Amino acid sequence: MPTSAGTFKESAQRLTSDLDHRFHIQKSLKGYETKRDENKSKFGSWASARDAASEIKWDAINHLDQYLTEFVDKIEARGAQVFWANDGDRAREYIVELIRSKNAKQIIKSKTMTSEEIHLNDALEKAGFEVAESDLGEYIVQLRSEPPYHLVFPAMHLTRGQISETFTKELGSAPTDSPEELTMIAREVMRHKYCTADIGISGANFAVAETGMISITENEGNARLTTSIPRVHIVLLGIEKLLPKMEDLALFLPMLATSGAGQALTCYNTMIGGPRQPGESDGPEEMHVILLDNRRTEILADPEQRDALHCIRCGACLNVCPIFRNVGGHSYATTYQGPIGSVITPHLRGLQEWKHLSYASSLCGACTEACPVKIDLHHHLLHNRRNAMQEKPNRLEKLAFKGFAFVMNRPALYKALTRVGRVLQKLHPIVKASRLDPLLPWTKTREFPAVAPQTFKDYWSTR
Amino acid sequence: MTAKPFKVNDDKKQILARIKSALKATAPKSGSHDTEPTLGRDEITAIPPLSQEQSPTEKPAEAQREFTNQLPILNNGSVSGFQQWLPAVKEDWPSQAALFAANSVELKTEFFLCESEEDLTARLQALKTECNWTKAASHQGELTAGVLQTLGLPTIFTDGGYEIDELEKCDVGITECEALVAQTGSVLVTNRSCGGRALSVLPPHHVVIARREQLLPDLSAAFALLQSKYSDNYPTMISFITGPSRTGDIERILVLGAHGPKRLTIFCVA
Repeated sequence: MPTSAGTFKESAQRLTSDLDHRFHIQKSLKGYETKRDENKSKFGSWASARDAASEIKWDAINHLDQYLTEFVDKIEARGAQVFWANDGDRAREYIVELIRSKNAKQIIKSKTMTSEEIHLNDALEKAGFEVAESDLGEYIVQLRSEPPYHLVFPAMHLTRGQISETFTKELGSAPTDSPEELTMIAREVMRHKYCTADIGISGANFAVAETGMISITENEGNARLTTSIPRVHIVLLGIEKLLPKMEDLALFLPMLATSGAGQALTCYNTMIGGPRQPGESDGPEEMHVILLDNRRTEILADPEQRDALHCIRCGACLNVCPIFRNVGGHSYATTYQGPIGSVITPHLRGLQEWKHLSYASSLCGACTEACPVKIDLHHHLLHNRRNAMQEKPNRLEKLAFKGFAFVMNRPALYKALTRVGRVLQKLHPIVKASRLDPLLPWTKTREFPAVAPQTFKDYWSTR
Repeated sequence: MTAKPFKVNDDKKQILARIKSALKATAPKSGSHDTEPTLGRDEITAIPPLSQEQSPTEKPAEAQREFTNQLPILNNGSVSGFQQWLPAVKEDWPSQAALFAANSVELKTEFFLCESEEDLTARLQALKTECNWTKAASHQGELTAGVLQTLGLPTIFTDGGYEIDELEKCDVGITECEALVAQTGSVLVTNRSCGGRALSVLPPHHVVIARREQLLPDLSAAFALLQSKYSDNYPTMISFITGPSRTGDIERILVLGAHGPKRLTIFCVA
């Protein structure tokens, strides 16, 4: 089996040289950038708002046990049932058993990355249930049996032509190149499903301790319908989603919308706290909340990188990342792509197998700057590299750095070697880009920079 | 068939124990890696975390917050101090109404200030003719009662429960709201005051009727209103509706009416 690093390298190489793909992604993100900056500029102070958001999340994560208990007590008092799941297996087994016990067949889901993380759809389908993703982007990638490309825009890599082809093949609809018509095709399919589904599964963007409510941010209305009509509502929630107070949402909702989609506020921001109560006219009879750890406590146990749990999954770090924009979301082969994915995946799935993602970075810091809750993303990429090396030293790399230090500490040797370099450079064209070229990984796609004919020191002394 | 498939407490204890043990070491604030030398994993010293032993029910809300308030950013006396960093809203009603109207244009919401209830019914009649409504859904309310009578449409009322297939066939959902939010152009609805969960999202056209005094400056004011109105008995569904349903999932091109209403019309009665 190919290693994760090997797969990443292969896919990254292929997509980076795919100019159509790159053009499409950059074009898609252009509009986002303009709207994001426009909305940021309307803030009294975006920088201070970030500070405030970061502080509130710090408080929530560093008192997580208290806030979780408060949240659970409050939502249970409203008749919701809470299940704590150590890992994906436990959550999947519980959800499958729960749905079986309701004699349910049809399930409608609104977008939840946490369910992607634990591969819930596979488990549900294997158990014989019919699962429909209601978010348009998720529905498109579900029909194509692909994982989401981007944690906020799951189908951003596809053109309308490809989407139309998919719909024609899977739904028998007439081909069209109108995004509006394509959207209406999905709308018609889903409307029946909302009304006939027995179970609605959603995620949550926030969980408010103070009131025992979850908060869901969306644009399409699919989460509203998923949590309103089916008789059972199941919420899958990572334990890090906590916010202390209801009013904190007044800060987080606009920041999430601005960072995530370049909007002032997304279309629907909905807080739900329990199943239908006596006297209420509709809503699910039952609400089940699954609190998922799945190694989030491992990140918590690393104080240095604990702030990675502040993440509100807005995707801003992906959108600005020069690596993401070139290698594309699928190359990562992780649930969470981009810089945040590179930081947390080694914790969630194993450092040695996923450390390569931490090297897929120019360390430019654009991610850190874009993060609305100020996660030190590019520092954490370095921390992951260091931790991987401490855990499993690479002798060759150590030797190389020792050699480098040896040369750099000896000016005469350094000077001599640059002279050698100047000579070797003249011989380079003989082997250049052939299999004998020692610089092949570099010269395959670009020119190797020439050694200067004169060093600065030489120039200075003869000036 | 209500037997729980698992003993719920096993994982709960383990997860809480892992959290408690992890939190014995204090985490640096975000941004500190830019100024401080990076320490090795083992070099980070354990500092006892704040208010670690207090249970959430005993702990006064203030004590919990005190910690956050020590920070320069939130030093203006209350945690809600972040309002000043958000998009600004002027204090007087005309400016707020103008801001709401401007946001509505941006959001493709149709927003009308009505001078009187007669003005409202006239505008609604015109809308009914324009859209060929044949069936409406609504809920019992002071503002909805009057307009439904003059509209004279067959109407489903969601208050006492309803058939979902019937609601799905309605051309329009007419609701009241809890508030309008000038800052974002949002309508605040709850299932308790606005006809339940589905009424404001299932019919393809959502019409909101609000009173002049329901216009609030910003999201914080909206949360404060909910707090004062419901205190510890919140409705189970609260939703900020900001424009008609939309998606950008195909080539990031905006399409209205993804799953929820394709049109949102708001009437604000003086």
